[in-house]
Amino acid sequence: MLSEFGHVTPHIGFIYPNESDMAWTQLIVIYPYITGLVAGAFVVSSMHHVFNIKSFAPISRFALLTALCFMFFAPSPLLFHLGQPTRAFNALITPHWTSAMAAFGYVAGFYVCLLLLETWFAFREDIVAMSKVRTGIMGKVYGWLTLGSDDVSARALAIDHKAARILAMIGIPAACGLHGYVGFVFGSLKTREWWSSDLMPVIFLLSAVGSGVGLLIVLYVIASKFRKTPIPNDTMRGLLYVLFTAITVVMVIEGLELLEIFYKAREGVETVRELIMGPIWAGMSIQWAMSVFVLVVTSALLVFDVHGKRLVNWLFMSGLAMMIGVLAMRWNVVIGGQELSKTMKGLLTYYPELFGRESLFVVGIISICPYFTLWLATKLLPPWEETIVPEHRVLDAHKLA
Amino acid sequence: MTTPDKKPDTKTNETVPLSRRRFLEFLGKGAVCTGTLAGAGRAIGSSEVRHAKRAFQQNDEQYAESMNNPPKVPDYNWNDHQWAMGVDTDRCIGCLRCMEACKMENSVQMDAFHFRTWVERYVYLEGSNTAIVDSQSDPNNIENAGSETRFRFDNRYKNVKVDKAFFVPKLCNQCEHPSCVQVCPTGATFKAKDGPVLIDTTYCIGCQYCVQACPYGARSFNESRGTVDKCNWCYHRITKGLNPACVEVCPTGTRIFGDRNDPESPISLFIRNNHVQVLKPEMGNAPNVFYKGTDKEVV
Repeated sequence: MLSEFGHVTPHIGFIYPNESDMAWTQLIVIYPYITGLVAGAFVVSSMHHVFNIKSFAPISRFALLTALCFMFFAPSPLLFHLGQPTRAFNALITPHWTSAMAAFGYVAGFYVCLLLLETWFAFREDIVAMSKVRTGIMGKVYGWLTLGSDDVSARALAIDHKAARILAMIGIPAACGLHGYVGFVFGSLKTREWWSSDLMPVIFLLSAVGSGVGLLIVLYVIASKFRKTPIPNDTMRGLLYVLFTAITVVMVIEGLELLEIFYKAREGVETVRELIMGPIWAGMSIQWAMSVFVLVVTSALLVFDVHGKRLVNWLFMSGLAMMIGVLAMRWNVVIGGQELSKTMKGLLTYYPELFGRESLFVVGIISICPYFTLWLATKLLPPWEETIVPEHRVLDAHKLA
Repeated sequence: MTTPDKKPDTKTNETVPLSRRRFLEFLGKGAVCTGTLAGAGRAIGSSEVRHAKRAFQQNDEQYAESMNNPPKVPDYNWNDHQWAMGVDTDRCIGCLRCMEACKMENSVQMDAFHFRTWVERYVYLEGSNTAIVDSQSDPNNIENAGSETRFRFDNRYKNVKVDKAFFVPKLCNQCEHPSCVQVCPTGATFKAKDGPVLIDTTYCIGCQYCVQACPYGARSFNESRGTVDKCNWCYHRITKGLNPACVEVCPTGTRIFGDRNDPESPISLFIRNNHVQVLKPEMGNAPNVFYKGTDKEVV
């Protein structure tokens, strides 16, 4: 008899009957995760573009491409989730402005445009160079990508640099807005105790920066190993500083958040405790274990002033741990919030489905797509500074400016 | 000596036909009730069998037709009405006819996990300060009824001492400040001028943000339509001067419905003559379903 209810989420205690069909599932877990990676990667790219921190120069354009490629796929989990995906543009055509979600199309659209523009300015010199040395179809493609602007004089490059800098400056609040907004979507809901917190946008934003830095460390180390190029020590140290700052602030604020819930001890706080001990026990363990690991390792790397290969290896592991920890945190927030019933008298335990429209399979495909696109993008627009395609042409526009 | 014998005889002769008449009356009513209930049950059951793949009773063509050509109500002006509902929980017997009627009337998905209205059972066991709560999505109740679409509460408290027990019917509260309307990204769900919160299912994108935002769990997602579903107080009925289906079938008068603009309507009298309260007032949604006789444990 009980096997008939396979399609609904099992529960204990008392939940509202309509809650047994969970509204937001694993697709909504990876949506904030992907946008978070975008925000984090963009912040790293801005370190060089805006603040002109030289140690970030080798990774700056790669970070920009990463942000762009991940941003392309940020809306896809939402589209897969919608009951009527063909009507998705209703929210753009007739936005209902009291809804946080109505802004998504505009925020995301603006951000994609901004990233595309900045990428174009940052890579324009390379594109022009490629259009002159490459032949065949790719030569034509690069010709189109120049958009008819093939002036690479020092003055033109200085303008490029300035434009990229201004765009990056607009991009920082935009990236913070994009991800703070995701936190607001959850934090502004008064109905769910686990979400309804003023700290939610801050937590989302800071963990996003952490996961984005983690992603860049992992990708940059892997790319350098494959390309057999040395990894600049300064760059790794710079990423270490950002990662350390992100993890310390995130852990403090997440700790404060939990403390507030239990200190205020509003009605149903026992159920919150049971949620942490029960349905999201594994997720919370992964999140905090990874956070502590990252904190300890980055602290040790700073204290013992580690450089060279050991720095790369340990930082790589920290970056990976940060990514896993933040993914677990997204699960704990999105799924955990719904596992805690609105009655505050019951708990659900969500089991993801393997195949189907909103399944782990789809999540896997969507998660792989940005990496694949990034690989293609680095083929089209090599972001590695040291690669010189035409003779003696310095590729990084910013060095000239 | 015969007289005393006869007296009781006459008494019995007088009382017997009366009680027989009463008995027959009772039997007749009972038969009608059982017949209706059985009929309803059969209808639900048969619709389930006949359209095994359909999650609702209207077929797709009928649904599309009603969406594309909504019936016109010429004499109805939504500025003239302010609908509200009352729930007298002391009267509810947990027969769940309201749930059945709602499912039939509004083509709600035929299972125990999607409801426009439902009934909760609160039971205080002897010596306990908190209530045990269950509803139709409780697996034990479904198992007892034998089907997700036959709504019955099981008799689990048969062998235990119960201090206090009561039923609380729930439905959309058609709030004055609906948080579901606030979060809808397209404006597909909106507050009608006469009170109910309605959904334009031809415009809903199915993001389910409103499902998350409703403090009362009153919204559900209809997978087959890809849109959200909720109680609208049978808007198609009330605009024609009829009561919502749940109010119509309630055998005990638990549910009271009417127009607050009319001071003599049942709901105006109910609110005026009773101490009423609303659910989760701290949410700030200002519900339009007024409860009489709820308990601290009611969520």
